[in-house]
Amino acid sequence: MLSYILKRILSLLPVLFVVSVVIFLVVYLIPGGPATAMLGLEASAQQIEELNAQLGFDRPFLVQYADWLAGVFRGDWGQSYFLDVPVLTAIAEYFGPTLSLAILAQVVSLVFAIPMGMLAAYKRGTAVDLATVSISLLGTAIPGFLLSMFFMLFFGVYLQWLPVAGYAPMAQGLGEHLRYLALPALSLGVVQAAYITRMTRSALLDVLYKNYIRTARAKGLRESAILFGQALKNAAPTILTVVGQSFGSLVTGTIVTETIFNIPGLGMLTMSSINQRDVFVIQGVVLFVTVIYVLVNLAVDILYGLVDPRIQLGRQ
Amino acid sequence: MSKNKRAPAMGAAIVREQRLLRRARLLNNPGLIIGAVVFLLIVLAALIIPAVSSVDPNAMEVTQRLKPPSAQHIFGTDEFGRDLFIRVLYGARSSLVVGGAVAVFSCLLGTIIGVYASYFKVLDHILMRICDGLIAIPGILLAIALMAALGASNWNVILALTIVYTPSVARVVRSSALVTKNQTYVEAAKVQGATNGRILWKLILPSVISPLTVQASYIFAQAILSEASLSFLGAGIPAPAASWGNILQASKQVVQKASWTVIFPGGALILCVLSLSLLGDGLRDYLDPRTAGRRRK
Repeated sequence: MLSYILKRILSLLPVLFVVSVVIFLVVYLIPGGPATAMLGLEASAQQIEELNAQLGFDRPFLVQYADWLAGVFRGDWGQSYFLDVPVLTAIAEYFGPTLSLAILAQVVSLVFAIPMGMLAAYKRGTAVDLATVSISLLGTAIPGFLLSMFFMLFFGVYLQWLPVAGYAPMAQGLGEHLRYLALPALSLGVVQAAYITRMTRSALLDVLYKNYIRTARAKGLRESAILFGQALKNAAPTILTVVGQSFGSLVTGTIVTETIFNIPGLGMLTMSSINQRDVFVIQGVVLFVTVIYVLVNLAVDILYGLVDPRIQLGRQ
Repeated sequence: MSKNKRAPAMGAAIVREQRLLRRARLLNNPGLIIGAVVFLLIVLAALIIPAVSSVDPNAMEVTQRLKPPSAQHIFGTDEFGRDLFIRVLYGARSSLVVGGAVAVFSCLLGTIIGVYASYFKVLDHILMRICDGLIAIPGILLAIALMAALGASNWNVILALTIVYTPSVARVVRSSALVTKNQTYVEAAKVQGATNGRILWKLILPSVISPLTVQASYIFAQAILSEASLSFLGAGIPAPAASWGNILQASKQVVQKASWTVIFPGGALILCVLSLSLLGDGLRDYLDPRTAGRRRK
């Protein structure tokens, strides 16, 4: 098991190297250097040159990259030009609401997706299946921010069940916290569920027609025991992988959705940084989310190995 | 002699039968037809209506602010009194141009990368590691970062999204080119002394075309969604030009009193993406009937 985990981690190194170069290039390649973006159109050429030099952007490429990378490991991710705090401090400050929303949305999506996907696979070819497949196809065509606005109109403005926007930190009590997060989590979770439902359905379909299921049925095992004990257990690794892979779209969805509900998370930080072209903050957010995304998928891979011992021995 | 005379007739019969089979497969595939028809209607509406209409999408009329749908403005008006119907259609133009251009460019680039990677071992290692790295960064975030660096403009949206989607095309192309590469006819060509260029572009390329068309329609849909998200965040097509994303961004401020400013552009976006995904699923089943069978299993 240990060698499997080590192998997984080693195979991540080239990926992380490329990620670091790409994210570094995002700032390096700004036409005229980062100062052009930060100072805006009114700045004189001399001001731009001075700030670029002050930020160290007149040095050779490799020196800059090495310096930046060393900074990343030291926890020095640059300085936000507009907030006037270190980038990492800003991210830490805004990360809480995003994490809450992402976890809640993931829970919502799994609560919808797994039973629906299982039901559709079990009742394959019936009206239930067709309805599930159609709804999840529709779900994949709706961006999260649009569904958020529809839900906001329906539950917030029309029915007035839930607050339309805003955020209550955990300190104000869990109930209040969840009440404000309910609408955004629901809209994100439903969009996320669309994809996971489809994948759960097809993962289960792959398993349901295997011989060992037929054997279990011939033995006279109860249908529920077959479905939950045998089929779901064997489809679990695939479902797990899908959940890990869709984590990236969950976080980016969170970022866009936050801006609709005025939730002070990474999304708000990103949007205000786009407006002010605060490039170091954007660079930091992309780096931060990518590292989390990569780590989540590493965790999924390791879990995968635990759940299914064949993976450790065989192909990779 | 008689054998030679019958040969063309038999050939024609085979062609006719194949055509019948193809038609049966097409009619068996309602998703493909619905998707294609709806998408075509959207394209035609976006092309024709703005061209023949005299309504200016940017004309502001203060007295007509936030009017609900009526005979004069069938989708209503926005917070500047601009006609929403014509803006949705102009928005369709920019969304379709961005989506189409991203699909074309990322497929071209991805095909070149994928085909070369499948054929030359050393290149394969380098190119695929780069693709892995790019795929590891969540797509919209990478696009946001690129847009923040490059500045908001139509071309930069296309450039950023092309960078985001090229790696996945390269992967798809590479994996189907790898299968072809080991076929006997490719080896035969190699033995006969065919040049690498000839093998790559005459023998391997045709085999990747069908997965590529399917991929292209998915990327078209994804690019439209991503452009909408980017414009919605203010990192996409800059105002006052209309795009579905920035119409919706403006609607965000007024959604509580003017729901039509969300429903119509949002509906157009959903319809367009849905038709493209139906088209993609349909194409996949049409071009590779085995997947259709497997799916229905």
